[in-house]
Amino acid sequence: MKSWNNKAWFLVLPVLLLVAFSAIIPLMTVVNYSVQDSFGNNEFYWVGLEWFKEVLESERFHNALMRNLLFSAIILLIEIPLGIAVALAMPRRGWGVSVCLVLMALPLLIPWNVVGTIWQVFARVDIGLLGYSLTQLGFDYNYTQDVVDAWVTLVIMDVWHWTSLVVLLCYSGLVSIPQAYYQAARIDGASRWAVFRYIQLPKMRRVLVIAVLLRFMDSFMIYTEPFVVTGGGPGNSTTFLSIDLVQMAIGQFDLGPAAAMSLIYFLIILVVSWVFYTVMTQQDAEPSSGRGQSS
Amino acid sequence: MDLSWMAWTTPTAIFFAVILCLILSMCVWEWISPGGQPRRGILRFETTRGDRLFVTLLGSAFINLAWLGLVGTNLWWALAVCAVYGILVFIFV
Repeated sequence: MKSWNNKAWFLVLPVLLLVAFSAIIPLMTVVNYSVQDSFGNNEFYWVGLEWFKEVLESERFHNALMRNLLFSAIILLIEIPLGIAVALAMPRRGWGVSVCLVLMALPLLIPWNVVGTIWQVFARVDIGLLGYSLTQLGFDYNYTQDVVDAWVTLVIMDVWHWTSLVVLLCYSGLVSIPQAYYQAARIDGASRWAVFRYIQLPKMRRVLVIAVLLRFMDSFMIYTEPFVVTGGGPGNSTTFLSIDLVQMAIGQFDLGPAAAMSLIYFLIILVVSWVFYTVMTQQDAEPSSGRGQSS
Repeated sequence: MDLSWMAWTTPTAIFFAVILCLILSMCVWEWISPGGQPRRGILRFETTRGDRLFVTLLGSAFINLAWLGLVGTNLWWALAVCAVYGILVFIFV
């Protein structure tokens, strides 16, 4: 017989209200906007699903989406292994722990627009340390004119800014592993790789789920840094979905198409995050918990 | 309270009312016939009834988007496909 604790509903109520005001009501408004056209003055005209069709068939949307997916894939492929490697190399005791943790936390404390400004100046070929040095070394580097240079700059900037998050999450997973595991591995004569593969990596799985999810969602929604550094250029080569969306909604005041695009954007993030979460959390679920006779 | 800034229309109001009814009907279903424990279906991962509703709604959104992009703006047949998809999810997933 189930026992119901109805008091719990009152405890959940503030969160429900907060979510309603911060997420559900804005989402409802975006859905309403996505099926109408507006010319200002709070006047709307019904257009049905035209904006969705227009966005789905738009090459501009396809290109921005591909750029976003490519950027997220590159970011995950670099930041996750690098974060694990740095976390493994960090000391576990002594004064070095505090120093490393503070150093790792520093990039995370810098606001996004400041990160963008730092890298915009840092990468300039005339006055920036990076850009000027590369030019002096004979590299033909100019992120304002060359597509590859712009991408490399954005990727390195994101790696610099956000690998620390992965490091801190992995480090928290590593320090929570009981010493008994390492002692057993030592007795068995396990190699360094075997300890990583069969002890450290499985024990880090939960924090890695969080790291992958956070980094995917963040990189897929990236806006401020590329906007400040490249402004979406050269051409449209670094115009990601978020930049395109803002240009459409605020620059062109096309609220209807922008709302339709943001809903599609939201659905893509939702499904990819759900797939990541499900795949990674189900790996360590028991094969048969004997609980299933529901319908 | 003036809600004109939300630009409500009858179809979108019906859409959200249907979502709300689905969630409420899940609550009633669970109350009448408790059975929301996780189970393993053909996708080989554990799902509760709530998970299956989420998969149904998310999948339906993509079915409609695919229909819109590939076929046209008349979504009645897409809605029928979604209904079949939802039934299959609740039976097999």
